[in-house]
Amino acid sequence: MHRVEIQNNIHTFVVTNFLFGQSLDLLPGDSLLEKGVIDSTGVLELVAFLEEHYGFKVEDDEVIPDNLDSTDSIAAYVEKKLSCAV
Amino acid sequence: MCGIAGRLNFNREPVNREQLGRMIGTLSHRGPDASGVHVAGEVGLAHARLSIIDLDGGAQPMSSADGRLWITFNGEIFNYIELREELVAKGHRFLTRSDTEVILNAYREFGEDCVRHFNGQWAFAIWDTQDHKLFLSRDRFGVRPLFCTETANSFLFASEIKALLTCPEVQGEIDLQGLDQIFTFWVTLPPRTVFKNIFHLPPGCSLSVENGVVRIHEYWSASYAEAADAHTANEGQLAEELSWLLEDATRIRLRSDVPVGAYLSGGIDSTITTGLVRKIANDRLRSFSITFEDAEFDEKSYQDEASAFLGTQHSNVSCSSSDIARIFPEVIRHTEQPVIRTAPAPMFLLSKLVRDAGFKVVLTGEGADEVLGGYDIFKEAKIRQFLGRNPDSKWRPLLLRRLYPYMQNIQRQPTAYLKHFFRVAPEDLSNPFFSHLPRWELTAKLKQLFSAEVREATAKFDEVGEMESALPPAYRSWSYFGRAEYLEARYLMPGYILSSQGDRMAMAHSVEGRYPFLDYRVVEFAARLPANIKMKGLDQKHLLKRAFRGRVPESIERRPKQPYRAPDGKCFVGASTVDYAEDLLSPAAIRQNGIFDENAVSALVNKFKSGRASSIKDNMAIVGVLSTQLVIQQFINQRKEGTETCTESKFRTTSTLLS
Repeated sequence: MHRVEIQNNIHTFVVTNFLFGQSLDLLPGDSLLEKGVIDSTGVLELVAFLEEHYGFKVEDDEVIPDNLDSTDSIAAYVEKKLSCAV
Repeated sequence: MCGIAGRLNFNREPVNREQLGRMIGTLSHRGPDASGVHVAGEVGLAHARLSIIDLDGGAQPMSSADGRLWITFNGEIFNYIELREELVAKGHRFLTRSDTEVILNAYREFGEDCVRHFNGQWAFAIWDTQDHKLFLSRDRFGVRPLFCTETANSFLFASEIKALLTCPEVQGEIDLQGLDQIFTFWVTLPPRTVFKNIFHLPPGCSLSVENGVVRIHEYWSASYAEAADAHTANEGQLAEELSWLLEDATRIRLRSDVPVGAYLSGGIDSTITTGLVRKIANDRLRSFSITFEDAEFDEKSYQDEASAFLGTQHSNVSCSSSDIARIFPEVIRHTEQPVIRTAPAPMFLLSKLVRDAGFKVVLTGEGADEVLGGYDIFKEAKIRQFLGRNPDSKWRPLLLRRLYPYMQNIQRQPTAYLKHFFRVAPEDLSNPFFSHLPRWELTAKLKQLFSAEVREATAKFDEVGEMESALPPAYRSWSYFGRAEYLEARYLMPGYILSSQGDRMAMAHSVEGRYPFLDYRVVEFAARLPANIKMKGLDQKHLLKRAFRGRVPESIERRPKQPYRAPDGKCFVGASTVDYAEDLLSPAAIRQNGIFDENAVSALVNKFKSGRASSIKDNMAIVGVLSTQLVIQQFINQRKEGTETCTESKFRTTSTLLS
């Protein structure tokens, strides 16, 4: 799966799921935590989405802001996970 | 407990008795036992009575023995017996045994300062025929409601907004700033309400209308400055003092000519108040509680244990998600404001249970969390402050797991994220609203649902700045803990806990709540205690537990705090959606009322329908939108359809009431 496609999927999920469909000015590099887009339940929802949508398991020690804090970083993480799985 | 209403015409035109009758007619649920109207020229007072004290002699509106003063009164003055003796000694005459007449003579004796002598929960209006002055007052904590408005020629007041809306000249429009405040603080900042030009007299305030001039003054406010002597005092002595105060507060709250029952939630507060009632009254006490089908919210085992321990005759009512969905429109008809939690709904069922059992009065544990360090928000502030002092600490964030043991989402959260959610920026530590910033930031996210027009109209409002400008001068000198307690007791308690969950749900079924923890002597005693006595380490209500050790089942004393909550969004939208929610959340209905964005609401509804919604934010969002739509439907749209004479009034003194 192409990186841009992954990023679009993630962006759509974040906007629909956390911003009631209102993308406002969310940029690919924006911190979801700093912008208050994601709350404590949001992290769990995001993990569930990634596992269901891409079919890999998100390990406990991978649930860290470095992997999941912007649509950019999430896309990079997904790409890495998918390439490992191949 | 009762309902009151009244009107003063500035142009001296006689008050229309029928119109006044219509106002009080909307409040019959507050006072089903009798109603009365007194009209004398330009003034009219009305009363719907729930007879509790002096069943034969307490009819209202009531006049003083010489006919100079007239009163319409909702509530209780619990120390009326002592005050009556004091007033008799000063030469005042009494024709009844009621507390109502005590107010009249106290007003005669002390003037507007009479309210400083009262220990109670009240909303009343006195018309002084000699001075042509209307005097209104509301109790220190806002237990009893009192709304007012001014039109071109009149000043109007009532226990509930719906009575004011029977007057054709009163506007019925949403106040966007009030709405913006609810979607920030959960409440409006008094005197603002969610209706334009309709105001709530703030707690601890009196209002007078004289020569067409409306004046509000605050006669009481709590100081949370920690007292030096409380720092050095022996904890055991403080516990003893607290115990004595609560017992006396309960004793005077048992003054009633009808039987008194008790709410028993399964927590420590209501177990204490119920235990005190048992001790003082020493008879077979009836207690009442709510149980939930959903185990996440249910406390039945603790309720049964408390009831067995105290020897009460206990009844409960079960509340399911479908019950909440069924009664929610009626609940909102009583809250008269949007809410972002469904928690008022089970209280509505509980008051019905009490009423069906033949009771008009219940004592409850309300107020303990606010004044004795019970709420989780105080604990959260304590931990955040501790974190903020050393943000790089590896182990301090682990304390965060002890914050909300009943919330699985928090428990399952990796530490790295927990630290982020409760992060403390260096500047936060000196922010006057440190304790409440996370709650307000989370709630304010719901404004993403506002329509573009409402977002634009509300963008200019500075809600936090408005609250800051209303703070008492000494506020900044109090500890962060005292400030947090002040914010809860000043805003959330009267605006939501005591109203939407309290008076309005109880009075929907003609039941009066009485709150020993909100005796002003208890509150003033507690406010000056050092924070570490109220919450020792992370032990909430530490002093209270110590004061009542052995008088509460050990398991209840030791159980972790479980806040009262109820099922939220899934009650309305999910695998199946209730009809009225489907209608009110439809794009057409959302578009018609104009408050919310139809696409955003559809995205939210779809999230619920797909079963993906579970966050606090999503739940608050759906309840907030639905309740706002219900307020508009029931108080604005239906009124427009049924009232052709509804006209805009020239509001003369909005600024007076809001200043």
